[in-house]
Amino acid sequence: MKDKVQNIIGEYQNDKNRLMDILIDIQAEFKCIPAEAIETIAGQLIMSKADVRQTLSFYHFFTTEPTGKYTVYLNDSVVAEMMGRNEIAKAFENEIGVKFGSVTDDGLVGLFNTADIGMNDQEPAALINGVPFTNLTISKVKELVAGFKAGREVKDMVGKCGDGMNADERIMSMVNSNCQRKHGSILCLEYEVGSALKRAVNITREAVIETMRSSNLRGRGGAGFPAGLKWEFCRKSGGDINYLVCNADEGEPGTFKDRVLLTEMPEQMFEGMVIAGYAIDADEGVLYLRAEYYYLKAYLEDVLQKMRNDNLLGDKILDVEGFNFDIRIQMGAGAYVCGEESALIESMEGKRGEPRNRPPFPVQSGYHNEPTVVNNVETLSTVVKIILHSADWFKAIGTRESAGTKVLSISGDCKNPGVYEVEYGISVNEMLEMVGATSVQAVQVAGPSGACIGPDKFNQTIAFEDLATGGAMIVIGKDRDLLKEVVLNYISFFIDESCGSCAPCRSLTLILKNKFLKLLNGYGTMKDIDELYSWGKYMKQANRCGLGQTAANPILTTIENFRPLYEALVKTDDEFVSEFNMDKAVEASCKYVDRIPNVH
Amino acid sequence: MNDKIKVTIDGIECWTEEGKYIIDVAKENGIYIPSLCHMEGIKPAGSCRICNVQINGRNMTACSTPAADGMNIESNIPELEEMRKAIVEVMFVAGNHFCPACEKSGNCELQALGYRYQMMVPRFPYEFPEKGVNADSKYIYHDRNRCIICKRCVRSIMKDGKHVFALNGRGGEKLHVEIDTDLASQLTEAEAQEAMDICPVGAILKKERGYYSPIGERKFDKAPIGSEIENK
Repeated sequence: MKDKVQNIIGEYQNDKNRLMDILIDIQAEFKCIPAEAIETIAGQLIMSKADVRQTLSFYHFFTTEPTGKYTVYLNDSVVAEMMGRNEIAKAFENEIGVKFGSVTDDGLVGLFNTADIGMNDQEPAALINGVPFTNLTISKVKELVAGFKAGREVKDMVGKCGDGMNADERIMSMVNSNCQRKHGSILCLEYEVGSALKRAVNITREAVIETMRSSNLRGRGGAGFPAGLKWEFCRKSGGDINYLVCNADEGEPGTFKDRVLLTEMPEQMFEGMVIAGYAIDADEGVLYLRAEYYYLKAYLEDVLQKMRNDNLLGDKILDVEGFNFDIRIQMGAGAYVCGEESALIESMEGKRGEPRNRPPFPVQSGYHNEPTVVNNVETLSTVVKIILHSADWFKAIGTRESAGTKVLSISGDCKNPGVYEVEYGISVNEMLEMVGATSVQAVQVAGPSGACIGPDKFNQTIAFEDLATGGAMIVIGKDRDLLKEVVLNYISFFIDESCGSCAPCRSLTLILKNKFLKLLNGYGTMKDIDELYSWGKYMKQANRCGLGQTAANPILTTIENFRPLYEALVKTDDEFVSEFNMDKAVEASCKYVDRIPNVH
Repeated sequence: MNDKIKVTIDGIECWTEEGKYIIDVAKENGIYIPSLCHMEGIKPAGSCRICNVQINGRNMTACSTPAADGMNIESNIPELEEMRKAIVEVMFVAGNHFCPACEKSGNCELQALGYRYQMMVPRFPYEFPEKGVNADSKYIYHDRNRCIICKRCVRSIMKDGKHVFALNGRGGEKLHVEIDTDLASQLTEAEAQEAMDICPVGAILKKERGYYSPIGERKFDKAPIGSEIENK
């Protein structure tokens, strides 16, 4: 084992900054990262074993114990549960004979839960040895388990491929892209690959940035920072080397639009990266791809190779002297918080994905402490069309403050879940009509970190100045128990995904959950609702990053918009109710002595 | 005087050099901004969040934000003091801080801040977590139940260029500080003492000697936390 591990580390030139890749490769080789491997890494990279574990233990998909020849990661996010993942989980447990969170004695199958895997439009879904299986049914589970027992290759169990490029031989996945609306769009407009880059290199780098600035293109990941301004800051930072990073780590439960952009039009995104690389004078571009999308990696590598062959990537791009730019793919390993740009950079440097303190901002000091631009997949794809069609053309679409279109990932209780490219300014009502959603109780705008709104706000519009969203829109039907089925799941999600650096995000989230459960279990008072709200406000005030600041949003926005649901949980006018249930506490012992609890 | 910059903290004009962290600038000028993770000279963590101040209406941590010319900083305002008290209370309930039995009592910065903010009883329910202890190394007793994950030890205690303490796990329930037993066993007595001294609470204790300063002579028996700055 030692030799193999040493070889892997050698492939990365004994570089600590590539610890993520080293761990990924070791896990691919041994199906886990055993103690012996940790010792070898520590020895060779001259760090303590605790330091190796510091990175390793941060990521959901790294494991020090074997997880089975077939490792099933079943999504347990809200929409998965809505679509029946609990029955699927039971079916897996019944067929295999072990509970989730464990591996069969013979080491054949491991069952594990995982947060959103970006397949909300085709839930229930699971990743099995990295291969996505969607629209799972009980009979499909039986078929899969039979396949495990027969020792079949996971890829051979996929069956019929999905729509669009998913059927391409480089992907061969059953995932559907579900592109529902392309009319009047920007991203879905057909174009000749390379044509935008040709235009870009014919004007100066400054002129490209100026075009972006005047187009008012704002970041599509959620924060909405003007892309042109970001590029300009980076260019003016005066670093030795500048880096361009494409953030393909969409982890917000309910978002999956980048999956579709990566599948259906990766050339457009890569071309956008090259244009951005040109504008900010970078030599190296990195696509940070979330672990859940590993099944797209070989395909994306191939697309990159084609672009190199076509002189759209590599040295002397389009024969422009001095324009050298290449792109590598950096895999993630399962961490929501890495979608935050500085956490993503930390992860790229082989560390825990903890957001950095700012200042300095990544444009001043990012990857390897050099000026770095991090843009979202959708933002960079949009760049191509702005260069081709002009800033004014782009600005004419959308609203005054939100130019262009937004790709929405719409899922939940609606007839046609999928990816929709819409003009900014569309109202929630129009959106609901578009997806065939009737009988709607609430819409979770921008995923759990966003806002849960009710019908009285459905006339609001999707735009940075009104309802800002990174793209996740989850429709929650009237029959759902909003607090139990949605809010509780999101609260737990934020607890699991907190990097733990900030004390309030690490600890107050747990306190909020307990308080929420107190209400849910019928022991709450009106005062508890008020406390829940005021305590939740500290999160926004005190925490460093977007995750921590918004981690209480599922609670805060439902108290704001659905307070009657909370009040209905309160059964008494008393100011204080003990959470302690004496009957329940003595239940077990009463059973043994054959008595009925009556101590209160 | 060209390289001097001026910032205003709670209305007091402070002259300093570019690049210094706000918390240190404040200290030089007799203003105490409380913090549990800050260590002068070590890369800031910004993890306890207690030193949040308002700069142009925006919350920023004073330990990680360099002072810039013309900054108007507010620290001693009710909104922030209230938040600080809440964070101190969160830390008390998120660990097992039984002050009377703790060896660090009287020298503990968390306890001292509890007094500063006149915390009678935390508003939050106690969690009584069980995070375990590690006494495997020669001189160090590591009680994770008391750790507030300030990362001071993680950032500063090294042996042969390697980190003795490191974070482990992720998320509210699993995250803790791990001690590298092999490395910790090589620490000298003095180095172990240093680790204990930088720990703001009683999570890192040096073995073989306990409760050595009698009540009345402990650090915060004589003067409350922050007074050494405020009364200068």
